[in-house]
Order: sequence, then structure tokens, then C-alpha cells
Amino acid sequence: MYLKELECSSPCVALDDLILTTNTPTTAGSKMLENYESLFEAEVVTRLKQAGYSVKGKINVGEFGVDLLGETSYFGAVVDGDNLVGATSKVMSDVDAVIGLDVNGEQRRSASLFSFCNLKPTYGTVSRYGTIPVVCSAETVSITGKCPNCVEKAYRAVVGHDDKDGTSHRVESLDKLDQAKEIKKVGVLTAFLDKADESVKDKVQKAIDMLKNNGVEVVEIEDETLLLAKNAWNILMSAELCNNLSRYDGIKYGYRTPNYKTIDELYTNSRSESFGEFIKHVILFGSETLSTENYMKVYDKALRVRRVMVEKFAELFQSVDAVLLPATSKSEYKIDEVKANKFIAFEENLFTAPASITGLPTVTVKGVQVVAPAFSDYKLLDLARKVR
Amino acid sequence: MKYETVIGLEVHVELATDSKIFCSCSAKFGGEQNDHVCPACCGMPGMLPIVNKKVVDLGMTAGLMLNCDINRTTTFDKKSYYYPDLPCSYQTTQWFAPVAVNGLVEIETSKGKKGVRIKQIHMEEDAGKLVHDDWTDSTLVDFNRTSVPLCEIVSQPDLSSAEEVVAYLERLRSLLRFAHVSDCRMEQGSMRCDVNLSVRPEGSNKLGVRTEMKNMNSLSAITRAIEYEVARHIDALENGTEELVQETRRWDDIKGKSFAMRNKETAGDYRYFPDPNVMPIVIDDEWFDKIKSSLPEFPEVKKSRYVEKLGLSEYDAEQLVQSRALCDCFEEACEVCGSPKDVVNWIISDCMKVLNRKQMTLDMLDISGKALGELIVLVNDGKVSRMNAKKILDAIFEGEENPATYAEKQGFIVSNDTGAIEAIIKSVVDSDPKSVQDYKSGKEKALMALFGKCMRELKGNCDPQILKKLLLECVEKA
Repeated sequence: MYLKELECSSPCVALDDLILTTNTPTTAGSKMLENYESLFEAEVVTRLKQAGYSVKGKINVGEFGVDLLGETSYFGAVVDGDNLVGATSKVMSDVDAVIGLDVNGEQRRSASLFSFCNLKPTYGTVSRYGTIPVVCSAETVSITGKCPNCVEKAYRAVVGHDDKDGTSHRVESLDKLDQAKEIKKVGVLTAFLDKADESVKDKVQKAIDMLKNNGVEVVEIEDETLLLAKNAWNILMSAELCNNLSRYDGIKYGYRTPNYKTIDELYTNSRSESFGEFIKHVILFGSETLSTENYMKVYDKALRVRRVMVEKFAELFQSVDAVLLPATSKSEYKIDEVKANKFIAFEENLFTAPASITGLPTVTVKGVQVVAPAFSDYKLLDLARKVR
Repeated sequence: MKYETVIGLEVHVELATDSKIFCSCSAKFGGEQNDHVCPACCGMPGMLPIVNKKVVDLGMTAGLMLNCDINRTTTFDKKSYYYPDLPCSYQTTQWFAPVAVNGLVEIETSKGKKGVRIKQIHMEEDAGKLVHDDWTDSTLVDFNRTSVPLCEIVSQPDLSSAEEVVAYLERLRSLLRFAHVSDCRMEQGSMRCDVNLSVRPEGSNKLGVRTEMKNMNSLSAITRAIEYEVARHIDALENGTEELVQETRRWDDIKGKSFAMRNKETAGDYRYFPDPNVMPIVIDDEWFDKIKSSLPEFPEVKKSRYVEKLGLSEYDAEQLVQSRALCDCFEEACEVCGSPKDVVNWIISDCMKVLNRKQMTLDMLDISGKALGELIVLVNDGKVSRMNAKKILDAIFEGEENPATYAEKQGFIVSNDTGAIEAIIKSVVDSDPKSVQDYKSGKEKALMALFGKCMRELKGNCDPQILKKLLLECVEKA
């Protein structure tokens, strides 16, 4: 499953292929960057090495990390029989943690399907320097491990201010990580449960039972507002992706077509011949949302919805310490079904979009996501330990 | 029919920072191709923009110099278009909340004074340069200029002739140079101007078809371009020689014509949106006050102060306010020596001669004003001769900061020992009886020859009046 396996001594991590490394290509799962070697490594890689981790290898991702579970990778989908499983599930037994870039919820889906523990940290607490930019306003380095302790250890290694990332929180703000409130009361977002199948509802019920057994109060929240996050997210995500991927033009690095006479042909053919079908759809959609004609009608409206989502979470956190919702609509994805439904990732974003669009910390454990106020990362991991 | 011309300008000036707008690469002009680049400014994935604070300082300064309101929360946005000199295929600029808006610049032409409104000033990154290689018939990209900080000054369409445009540009240049915002050199491209122009029947309130002209590298080229374009528009309107369309045109100064160019607008729209990697910049009172209090006096305020308070002539004061560097040097030197008239003479005659010899512009005068002041004191006190003072000035241009010790080291201090001077005069007179003879027989020039020889022997360290007096006495005796 490794694109390239490196020498390794314990403790070790696998990196998804959106995290730049200097000794091996970083492909973003795309033919465009098939042979791209970065001149510098990601800040998270440097920090992991300083903390004594070694890098076991780079693992496959969906093209630029925006699909369901890696099915759009130029290097092939990772399957188990008929099931789409993604690369993380195949390497988890070898490593202490998988470090990825949560662009569109892929890591949370993977953790949910295979009962790993995943932390999507508060936006701005981990440097994005050296991660391939896709959806800069939302994406965060994310950590998946077999247990909350493995995740916390790796998170402590990478968390902190970085001068090289202008969206990185200042040191004073990061103190809030230690001052966050303990999570004693969790609200279940029933509107999302209704959109999931029975197997997922079972998982949610089991998680609720475990929380209750460990003294956490659990209440139901009937509020449909957060269901709106999906459409706004798909717009913002596509627009930023379109813009960030425009740098891949065949001029400076990456794939260049042999078939061109003019500069326009160089651009068009290089991009047409190296981007996959799904990414092309996302680019076209994103491009439309930012046109002068659509900006106010579509993009600006999505930004307003984002604001509403932030306010809605703040309102919910007045009465509960965290909210709980599924990460997927089902417990397995057949590869044929995924191939047949081009926009399945856009649909499944229903569950991952609320946390993505607001930048709130989220722990995925035992098949459920728990979202808490900004800087509650350690408290979420404390909670995760109660669900084991 | 009579026509009137409506002109609005977009002026780009390169901001005088050491480093680029979002990375630490050098922002200096020149260098080997692709010498001043890093992964950030050549568009490699994974680098994040970190705003150079000096750029915001200079953007605010420009805004305040042009009487603008400053947006106390200012943001950066992305502008998308594909061009090989733009490595990310987007330019980071300001669209939604530019640093400064609603300004006013006063200009003066043969028709009198006039205000030109400024719509906005925004900060942005420059693009690279394409270089065509005829040998291989390929086009290469030089990213040295990529991400060099610019500010774009957008005027309202308040200008109506080439004369007004030139007056406006000269005024901008003077104000921005005074505030050290930019060196504003058109020939090096650190000041560039796009002319938006349309023509309509006089008195009409409907605007004509607008064209945008680029690629004028001097004020005279701008004048020629405007005159050509106005004539072309009028010709099209009167004689129907061609149909005017809204387009971008390139001025060819050698051919003296403008040509329609493939324009970026036709490729689609710019799809502006806020850059999520650059947090909104909040200008608090402390920051605002710091910039506001560091603004220089306006040139005309300085000039009238020089005339009224320091007693300079109109002409001399006007010469000084051509450049902030001259003013700074002048003021510093005055503080040391207290004689403004002497300082202005030294600057306008002697310093300018050295600048000319070194082929430097007025703005490049960076000698220590304090040293110049001290030198003037030495001269006025009769401690060094004017001849040697010029040599000391040369040393000051090379960085010498202490004229007194330099003069001593070089043996430039005037001797007051008349005995020693008389001894030298005597030896010169004795060794050249012919000149003495010639002088005595009425040839005045012969005395000058003796005078020159004496001065050389004395290495210039003698008051010429004293030398002349002693020499005459000696010759009479001989």
C-alpha cells in the first residue's frame, strides 16, 4: 500500500501523499504530480522527526484529497474484495499514526468505518506549511491512530505556532488548549441520524451507551440547520480547489503535454491529460461559482451560510459541551457503487461538512464524530478514551 | 465639432522594500535571471504567504500622502488568470477592502490648479517577465520580479489632456519619493502607467468608447501616446475610419502607434475571492499614528519654509525640493553649520557636480549631511582651503564621516605660520627669476604662475588672499 516504503524504527508514522517530503515524491494522488519532488518538507514532518518519530512511508490518497475514500487516485483505489477501504486501513497495523491532510473528511470516514481514532484538530493549531494546498480556509493536518493515546502523542508532537503559516494561532491563543472545558454533556444531532442506515444508527447507539456508562450526560438535539452545511461546503471547497489547482499549468513542474503548439494548448492539454475526471468536475464547478455572474448569488451566499453554521454551533454549545453525529451514511462502500455514483463524496459530505466548514475540532471514534468548541482538542481525546 | 478627452489613470509603483511581499527574497531590481526566487514566489505547493509588514506601512503612507481614507481593516484577495509569468495562475491583490480609498491630488498646469480624485490605492504582487529567446525560438520565464510589492493608484476619470496627465504623474512621483514609498523610475519600470481614455463631443455627458493603453516608458512617451490615441478616436468618430471597441492597446513608441493586443479580459473573468491564507490586516491606532507621524512635510511646505524662515531664494529652494535626499542632506548640514545659504551653494554646485560625474540621480545623494556641515564650518573658519575642501567632499561621497580628522590626516589644514609660508615663497621666487622679471616688466600673468607654484608647494593649505599679499611683498623685494 505504500507508494514508497522507507527505512523505519519505532515509533513511526505513515504520511498521506498531500504532505510534502524531500526524499520521495509527493503526488497528491494525481498524474499531474506523479514525479514531483518538493524542495522542502512539511513543518509537521520536521516536528514529528524532532519528537523521535520516523516516517515509514507515504500512502495513497484520492486525487488532491477531495473524494470519498481514495477512489480517484491516479495510482488506483485501495480495495478489499468488493469494498473500497482506502490506504489508511491497510497500514494502520504497521504504524503508530497516520498523518494526513483532512481536505474533505476522508480520514474521518476511514476512522469511522474501521473504528480507528481520528483527531481533526482546531483549524490553525497545526501548521499547514508544506501541505499541498487545496481548501486553505478549512483543511487541517489530521491524525489517525489505533487508540486516543497514539493520536494524542502525535498531536502533541505537531501542535504549535508556526511563523511560516499566516493562519497559525499565536502562542497565547494556543494556551486555550489547556484551558478548554471538560466534556460532560453531549448532544446527539438526530437530524443526521435520520440520514444514515441502520448499521450506522447501531454504532451511534453503542457509542451513546458507552458515554452514559462513563458518566457523560447525553441529550438529543432536534435541529436541522447544520444539514445546510453540505451545500455551502461543496461550493467553498470546489472554488478554493479550482483556484489552488490553477498553479498546475505544465510550465514550471508537474506533467507537461507533448502535444502543443501554442501556450493555450500547453495549458489545456497538460491539464486535460493529467487531471482525473472527478477533479475536472470539481474544477469546473468551482470556476463557475466564482464568476462575476455567480459570485454574489453562489459564493458569497455560501460564505454567509458558513457564518450561520459557526453561529449555530456556538448556540448549541450554550447547552451542551459537544455534539455527536455519524461520519458516514453507511458502514461500508462497495467499489462498484462508488464508481457508479460520481458525486458520492459530495453527498457524504453531509456528515463531514459541519466540522469542515467551521474549523471546529472533531474526534472520530467507534464510528461516530464528536465536535466541540475550538481548542477542545485534548478534551475530545479524553472523551474518546471513555468510548473505548 | 469640438471634442473633449476623458482620462483616468492606473499607476503602478514598486514599493521600496528590501524583500518581496510574501517571502524573504530580495525585491531589488536586476540580478541574474531567476536569482531572486524561492519555492514561494515561483508557485510551488506548500508555501504559505506571510505578509511583509513594510508593504502595509508603505501602502498606508501612500494613502496618507494622497489624502486618502485608510481602511482600518484591509484584506488580500486572489485574482485568477493564466499567464506564464504568473506562477500560481493567480495574483494576490486587494479587491474587496483596499488599503486606501477616496483621495485627492492637486495638480497645476498652464490652465491653473485642479484636483484629481483618487478612487483607491491597493497593494499587490508584481508578475515575472517573459524573455523570448530567438536562438531556440522559445519563451523563457524570469521570476525575479514575481511578488515584488506594488501599489496601484487608481484615479477617477478627472484628467482631460496629456499636459494634465504629466502634471499628475510628476506630482505623484514627487509625493511618493518624498515619503520614500517608491523611487518611481519609469525607465526601470518601478513606475508604470496605464491610460484609460475616451473621447466625446464637448458638453456631452455620455462617455465614449474607452481604450486602455500600456507600455509607455517615459512621460514624453505618455504624451505622444495620448496625442495619438485622441487623434485616432476623433478620426474614427468623425470619418468612420474604424469602429472603436473597448480594448487594451500596446503603445509602440518607435512606430508612434498603438496596437490592439491580445487581452487578458477576453480569456474570462478574474474570479476574485478572498485569500484564506492571509488573515485580514487590522490597523490599530498605534500603528496608524506611527505612520501618520512619520509622514514628511509636503514639498511645497518645505519650499516656503526654506524661503521664509531660512532666507533662501525661490530658485534655490525649488532646486532642493526636487528631491527628498537633497532636503534631508540640506537640513542636516544646516543644523551643524548654521548657514543655510552656504549649504545650499555647496549642494547645488559642488554636490551636484559630483553626482553628475558619477552619473547618479539627485535621489541617490546619500552623503552624511552632518559631515557636509562640518566641512562648511572648516571652510568658513579658514581651516581648509576651498580647493582641498573639494577633495574632502569627494571623500565624504566615499563614506567619510569626519572631515576634520580626514583633513588632518591628509595634511589639508591651512597653515597659520607666516614664517613657513614666506620661506616657501622665497624659494619659489628665487628659483624662477624669469617670471619675476616678466612680472616687473608688466606681464600680470607671470605673477599667477608664481602664485600657482607656491600654492602647489603649500599643498593648497593657505588662504589665497594671504598668499597673494605675501607673494607680492616678496616679488617687490626681489
